[in-house]
Amino acid sequence: MPVLTVNGRPESVDAPNDTPLLWIIREQLQMTGTKFGCGAGLCGACTVHVDGVAVRSCQTQLSEVVGKKITTIEGLSAHSDHPLQRAWVAEQVPQCGYCQSGQIMQAASLLSANPAPTRAEIVEHMTGNLCRCMTYPRIVKAIERAANDLRASNEAQGAGRKA
Amino acid sequence: MTKHQNIPGALDLSRRSFLVSAGTAGLVCGFGALPGATPASAAAPYDPTIWYGIGPDGIVTVNVGKADMGQHVASTMAQIVAEELGAAWSHMRVNLVGNDPKYNDPVLGAIITGGSWSTMMNFDAMSRAGAAGRMALVEAAAGMLGVPAGQCVAFDSRVSDPKSGKAVSYADIVKSGKVAKAYTADELKAVVLKTADQYTLIGKELPQLDIPFKVNGTAKYGIDTFLPGMVYGRIVTPPVRYGAKVTAVDDSEAKKIPGFIKAVVLDDKTGTTTGWVVAVANSYPEAIKAADALKVSYDNGPNAAVSSESILAEAKRLQALPGGELYVKDGDAAGALAKAAKLVEAEYTTNINIHCPLEPMNATAEFRDGILHLYSGNQFMTRSTAIAAGAAGIDPKNVVIHQAWIGGGFGRRLDSDMMVPAALAAQAVGKPVKVIYSREHDMMMDFSRPLTYQKMRAGVDDKGNIVAIDHDLVSAWPTKRWGIPAFLTPSVDKKGALDGFAVHGADFYYSVPNHTIRTILSELAQSATPSGQLRSVAPGWTFWAVESLIDEVAHATGRDPAELRLSMLDGAGDNAGAQRLANALRAAMGLAGYGTKVLPKGEGLGIACVSSQERKTSTWTACVAHVAVASDGTVKVKKLTVASDVGTAINPDGVRAQVMGGALWGMSLAMLEKATMKDGAIEQTNFDSYTPMRMADVPEIEVAVIANGEMATGTGEPTVTVIAPAIGNAIFNAVGARVRGLPITAEAVKAAMKA
Repeated sequence: MPVLTVNGRPESVDAPNDTPLLWIIREQLQMTGTKFGCGAGLCGACTVHVDGVAVRSCQTQLSEVVGKKITTIEGLSAHSDHPLQRAWVAEQVPQCGYCQSGQIMQAASLLSANPAPTRAEIVEHMTGNLCRCMTYPRIVKAIERAANDLRASNEAQGAGRKA
Repeated sequence: MTKHQNIPGALDLSRRSFLVSAGTAGLVCGFGALPGATPASAAAPYDPTIWYGIGPDGIVTVNVGKADMGQHVASTMAQIVAEELGAAWSHMRVNLVGNDPKYNDPVLGAIITGGSWSTMMNFDAMSRAGAAGRMALVEAAAGMLGVPAGQCVAFDSRVSDPKSGKAVSYADIVKSGKVAKAYTADELKAVVLKTADQYTLIGKELPQLDIPFKVNGTAKYGIDTFLPGMVYGRIVTPPVRYGAKVTAVDDSEAKKIPGFIKAVVLDDKTGTTTGWVVAVANSYPEAIKAADALKVSYDNGPNAAVSSESILAEAKRLQALPGGELYVKDGDAAGALAKAAKLVEAEYTTNINIHCPLEPMNATAEFRDGILHLYSGNQFMTRSTAIAAGAAGIDPKNVVIHQAWIGGGFGRRLDSDMMVPAALAAQAVGKPVKVIYSREHDMMMDFSRPLTYQKMRAGVDDKGNIVAIDHDLVSAWPTKRWGIPAFLTPSVDKKGALDGFAVHGADFYYSVPNHTIRTILSELAQSATPSGQLRSVAPGWTFWAVESLIDEVAHATGRDPAELRLSMLDGAGDNAGAQRLANALRAAMGLAGYGTKVLPKGEGLGIACVSSQERKTSTWTACVAHVAVASDGTVKVKKLTVASDVGTAINPDGVRAQVMGGALWGMSLAMLEKATMKDGAIEQTNFDSYTPMRMADVPEIEVAVIANGEMATGTGEPTVTVIAPAIGNAIFNAVGARVRGLPITAEAVKAAMKA
């Protein structure tokens, strides 16, 4: 059976090669934080990281991810304390919440590549993720808050090293 | 007066209806009513009413009968209870109840969530429940502390006596087993509630209780249900939205799919679905493959040739005929129009719109010990129970529906269709079945906002005052489809019944002496496009027409659109309350710089103001839209400024979230969302062809919440309705182009610029 690494744990998967990763994560592994929204790569609710890159799991087949490192919302942080998750709470972003795992995973890939995104860069990176409740203004604020928090903590660490 | 026709009973906020419910629902259950529990039992919880219980750890769990689809209504209910109970916010939890009728809405008498009703209709019941618990806790604590109850204070989950300095926590009171007070309905009626100046939690921006688990993937939605031995169902739907029949199913190819179990043809006696088949398999991917492999033949039925064009043509035909039902008849509109110095006449349309919440429709069904258990987030448990029972051919008493957090409702989950394939498939295969609609099924089988056609005429006297308005509306009637007589409204002449949910909002708060509203059901649309309640329902189209027409009159008579509106919002007679709308309009205008800002060529500000949702449930909301229109007709919405008078804001941050989301919803409907019917089917299938707003489309937005101490009103829907007319009016002010159809397209603007 193919073995995937999901959130650092090896998982044996009994499914045909063409099975969308989404259904393996959700229904076989029962990690339901990753959501089904459109099945066509149009909404972003199913976004996970494969080797650190944000992908749409509904458009990713099992055969493409064997042996790769998959991170879902459940594995983003140990205690729901990723700077984005903290910012999401601070800004009270979610309404129905259904899209928010995907939003956070998409945003996490932005901040790991670009710790100080401009608003235009945020919009460009995030506009593929649909939020039917239209929480977009708060998503933008939360990403900006998380980026600031990350910078502040990096600077504090830097200052600590100097001292 | 002939105005103010509302759902009988549904909007009666009087104590009487509360007590009727309280008396039957058993608000008097204390320890004595709990089997196996006695006041002496140290670890027993205390349930002062059905609405919540307090554990020996002091945790207060509120039983929420309202569907929480992101409006944070569960937290709102908890906040109201906590205020009167004197509980610490950190001790509050919520429990989503299912279809047990003991949790019927105290005003509506059913388990239903919609209409922006929840807060206003549950405020009193939750407040009294909270106060009753506080009184009982104080009484018990006074005994424990040996002090008079009258000098005790309940706050932050403790009862304290300021004189002696003694205090005891709610947890310790419950643990002691000394609190068992049961309240009769009359006692509850006599409870004196706090006044606004005594609030310590209401009006505070407390963190919503459902947010922590919505940022780490642990919130459980209906689609996240797992049951032992569960298999999966994928629906196969006919090529028309409604009215088809299955004539044959060839499953020979499906049988070659590993894991395939059965193709179940739905014999849906409730008529909720027509011509559906469920492919059942061991896994969902296998069910998808099996569904794709099924060859189903259909009789496409009577709606196979219906299109958006034919629905509009039929609407125009019906409008030209006598008939329909009168919703409002004040004075003599026809006579006044005949004598008017000037006549302004216009037709307004809206296209079909689709809910498409991001969690596709789904339900999981299991027959267990003679009971049909359904797991599905739903806004109308009472009706879903009846539909599930009707489809499965069982007694509604044997249906239990388990509520979940809802991945978007917007009115879509007032419907019950998802219960049918799950229940019938589970019945057919003898196993629990989780049915998940594809996005394509979800869009095709939506209970959509109907295509609407409105014709309005305004008569103006020689001073430029509107003396008469005549308003005809033709559409499918979303709520009539439910077949629940209580949701219909008698016509003015009492000879017929109409669907208020097709016309609410047309009965505006402007003082116009002669006013007629006629609402006409299109049976063609009703059959071909079974319509539903899409966030804001009728006010989403009625205010588009009314607020556009008022602007058209202003421009035709050389009056400022704001001045004209304010002159008619005098609150005279039946229109008391209109002054609040006038103030909301002034507030939005002031914030936006209306009348003072100098704009470049091609830009404009437009205003609109609304009393959504219904006359007696109005949230007074105004918008100033700022647009820039390019020479090719392309419209850029630069800013939306919204002021909304909500009376009392339980949680101002939550109110802002709803108003902002509602505003963007309104803009999405106005500019971006269009569904069309062709050959009896919805043509749009996914988010590439039906295109709700994305982050790149979001304009600058400013929201002012006005909380002036009046009764708390709803906030989920009203703002949706004010945006489209404000944008349309702004476009006219920018480039002189009047658009009268939604959504607004560059082509329509360009054509109107030339005209």
